[in-house]
Amino acid sequence: MIKKVVVDPLTRIEGHLRIEADIENGKIVDAFSTGTMVRGIEIIAQNRDPRDVWAYVGRVCGVCTSMHSLVSVRAVENALGIVVPPNAEMVRNLMLGALTMQDHITHFYQLQALDWVDVVSALKADPKESAAIAQSMSAWPKNSIGYFTEVQQKIKKFVESKQFNIFSNAYWGHPAYKLPPAVNLIAVAHYLEALDIQKEIVKIQTIFGGKNPHPNFLVGGMACAVNIDGPNAINLERLSWVFQIIKQAENFAKQVYLPDVLAIASYYPEWTKIGGGLTNYLASGDFPMTHFNDLGSYKAVRGIVRDMNMSVVEEFDPMSHDGLVEYVNNAWYDYPQGKNVGLHPSVGETILNYTGKTPPYDYLNHNEPYSWIKTPRYKGMPMEVGPLARFVVNYAAKNKPYVELTDRCLKKLNLPIEALHSAVGRTLARSMECVLISDWMNEFYQQLVDNIKKGDYRMFNSTYWEPSTWPKKAQGFAVCEAPRGSVAHYVDIEDKLVKRYQMVVPTTWNASPRDPQGQRSAFEASLLDVPVHDAAAPLEIIRTIHTFDPCMACAVHLYSEDGKHVHQFDTF
Amino acid sequence: MNKKGKTFYEELMAKGYSRRQFLKFCGLMGGMLGLQSTGVAQIVEALETKPRLPVLWYHFQECTCCSESFLRASHPVIEEILLELISLEYDDTLMAAAGEQAEWVRAEAMKENYGNYLMVVEGAVPLGSPGYCTIAGKSAKQIFDEGAKGAKAIIAWGNCACSGCIQAAKPNPTQAMPVHKLNPGKPVVNVQGCPPIADVMAGVITYYLTFDKLPELDNTGRPKVFYGRRIHDTCYRRPCYDAGLFVESFDDENAKKGYCLYKMGCKGPNTYNSCAIIKWNNNVSYPIQSGHGCIGCAEPNFWDNGPLYATLPAIEGFGIETTATKIGAGLTAVALGGVAAHAIVTNIQKRSLIKNRTDDISLNVEDNQEYCGELGKRMDNLNKKIDLIRKDQLTYLGGGYRPDKPSDEPKN
Repeated sequence: MIKKVVVDPLTRIEGHLRIEADIENGKIVDAFSTGTMVRGIEIIAQNRDPRDVWAYVGRVCGVCTSMHSLVSVRAVENALGIVVPPNAEMVRNLMLGALTMQDHITHFYQLQALDWVDVVSALKADPKESAAIAQSMSAWPKNSIGYFTEVQQKIKKFVESKQFNIFSNAYWGHPAYKLPPAVNLIAVAHYLEALDIQKEIVKIQTIFGGKNPHPNFLVGGMACAVNIDGPNAINLERLSWVFQIIKQAENFAKQVYLPDVLAIASYYPEWTKIGGGLTNYLASGDFPMTHFNDLGSYKAVRGIVRDMNMSVVEEFDPMSHDGLVEYVNNAWYDYPQGKNVGLHPSVGETILNYTGKTPPYDYLNHNEPYSWIKTPRYKGMPMEVGPLARFVVNYAAKNKPYVELTDRCLKKLNLPIEALHSAVGRTLARSMECVLISDWMNEFYQQLVDNIKKGDYRMFNSTYWEPSTWPKKAQGFAVCEAPRGSVAHYVDIEDKLVKRYQMVVPTTWNASPRDPQGQRSAFEASLLDVPVHDAAAPLEIIRTIHTFDPCMACAVHLYSEDGKHVHQFDTF
Repeated sequence: MNKKGKTFYEELMAKGYSRRQFLKFCGLMGGMLGLQSTGVAQIVEALETKPRLPVLWYHFQECTCCSESFLRASHPVIEEILLELISLEYDDTLMAAAGEQAEWVRAEAMKENYGNYLMVVEGAVPLGSPGYCTIAGKSAKQIFDEGAKGAKAIIAWGNCACSGCIQAAKPNPTQAMPVHKLNPGKPVVNVQGCPPIADVMAGVITYYLTFDKLPELDNTGRPKVFYGRRIHDTCYRRPCYDAGLFVESFDDENAKKGYCLYKMGCKGPNTYNSCAIIKWNNNVSYPIQSGHGCIGCAEPNFWDNGPLYATLPAIEGFGIETTATKIGAGLTAVALGGVAAHAIVTNIQKRSLIKNRTDDISLNVEDNQEYCGELGKRMDNLNKKIDLIRKDQLTYLGGGYRPDKPSDEPKN
């Protein structure tokens, strides 16, 4: 008998996400992913000054904040033929790197870890054992018995106060938890540690962009002028601060985050075979070392890998009208050309047309449009994007830093390369990426300082700042690797204003509904065959979906077939 | 649900904080709220003796930047406060909430604390179609209405809940509405900004808990304690403005010297917020310090208040400092005289503006659009008056050099 389970809301980057899954004989046999909120930002971006649009579209997401702003200024620069100075390119890399590190760390500890870590079990741990294990993993200075004892005391008081707050109503004791108490204690200690470090890392964005969330960007470069002999600009005090934060972040990534993921992964061997999903991967590449237009200088390469075949990297061309299209057949949008055509984003439309059930409803009808997310396809294929996609594509492209780190980590876990295509693989890729970026942050910083040392203080190219210098019509696009995956923006400028603005965001790729061929996107595909130990407590669904990093802590609503509540749990 | 009656102080002690840390927090909050030491004592007493404030936290059309900002709270204790100072009964992002039991938790929290809980809202509510934002199959409006009914007061976090923010920008495709336009029938505090500064968020809650009332609000519903002064008036680059020293192009020599960003479209002159005082991310910087003008994100409808890089006088409905620029441009030959005149009219106008804004403290009755239009009319009249004054001043100054005269400017 098929049991229907509704998971709503499963909040994500832009807002609200709903999963409906069918469970039969202890396994998921079908799943539907629904974005239940729309704001129409692409419509709002129209008729604005293209130099302003970074601020408008930046508000798409406040969690991986700043990435939409970055890709937006790149798209407008692409349209107007603006080349930004080397310093600005490095500052942008530093801001993207800082955000990615902060976001990965926050995601793993604050949002995802408790799918794998049992907080209550940590009470039973022997702090001595935790210290011994932690010391064997890394040289992190806090790996002491005293430290773990103190953390355990804190948890104890927390539990004794009977005010479990955000930890309440979770599945403590669920058989899907496999970690021994000592490892649980380490993870909980680092949960608290991560809260502090994430606040530090974003300060890099504040130094260059003035605030976080939502730092400022500028078409043509960056607004933070360099003056090493002035008190009111980027000077050595500011740069040294940035360097200090990079070191802090690097230490945490290398001595805490990656070792923790490796330790936890080693207790979940079965999850290296579950949750793989599509095994088609798309990466747009990022972190240019010279200029954004110089694809060859990217730290992370662009390309696609299909069907788990890592011997071939195919080209990804974001401007290929035959290659990249978005469908609205299962989404609450219309295209003037009809419901079943696919449009390239550069000619895309955003016309809202809600045809779903009138709220309140218990179930959506999946035989008709069921989401606010469009369905993107590349050469007809659904693709996964995100850290795992970046690792698979770069590994296949034999990008050395990726290959070395991946091999090293898989060797430690005694796993084959195929193990990447799984829930654990996705989680591991995110932590490995944090380590890679921490190395690159040092390089970006050094390159910025070296360039300033040479006497190049430029941070902004004013050549095409004035609208009078622009052509009557211009079209541009740009991509970016946001923490959650590839983002592409497309802009049409006409008579000094934005005529059309379209975005293809990571969640569009991963969480979209089915295409006209009935093919599932990443979320829906990854849930197939996932075992569910107890349909009333499907921790496994949350665990799988969270490996995609669906953003903030999620409250998950579950309904049985007759609309009655089945169970509740806390995914924080 | 079994945490009724426990005070914030007891809560902290139970969590292993010291009394010293607690007092430090009270002092910090007092300092931020601009209280005298007796006021701090009041905070201490309130937090020691009053039960924790029951809070229900809702998320609608938003980008979660308010919650993210919240996580960046600068003081180490504040971070815990944000979870412990309030008794978070319901939060559809942070707390467990599922199906019937979620509904039970929510219903129970509303029932138990009926008339006493604080409803906090992150996000706007779309009225265009109930399908534009649903949670567990219910429309955002339905969930909002249920929550507002038993709330003692509502705190609107961020520009989305205060004035609709990005989704309400023209043409507002989903008819996104801020809290105060949903007729909640309850007092609303608008904690503005995109996002608001975390310490401001904590400060508003502490104020409410301490004094059992909402802080004094301005005519757009913002607490005056944090939104009572213009960024322009508290900006460390203000002396450059008064001296007529402006960045003329991003990254020019003046930008490297940290001159005023007014001509680069800085909205500091008509934005009320604490960015220049409290700053961001533990006092690291704020937009102007990092070289970019303020975009005005703590003001209603700022997305439609004209291009970001347009110098303010060009903005429809606002005429702020228009004469200052004209004078500055017209008197380049006699620069210092120009600066003196500039300072005088600036302050005349500022006084009137501040007066206009603070005279009229009526929450939730102002339609923002109407308000802006009305302000525009007032500004037009004001500009006419200032034109007259300017003529007088110019005659008086005679374009001459009067280094000792800036103190002539009318006192506010």
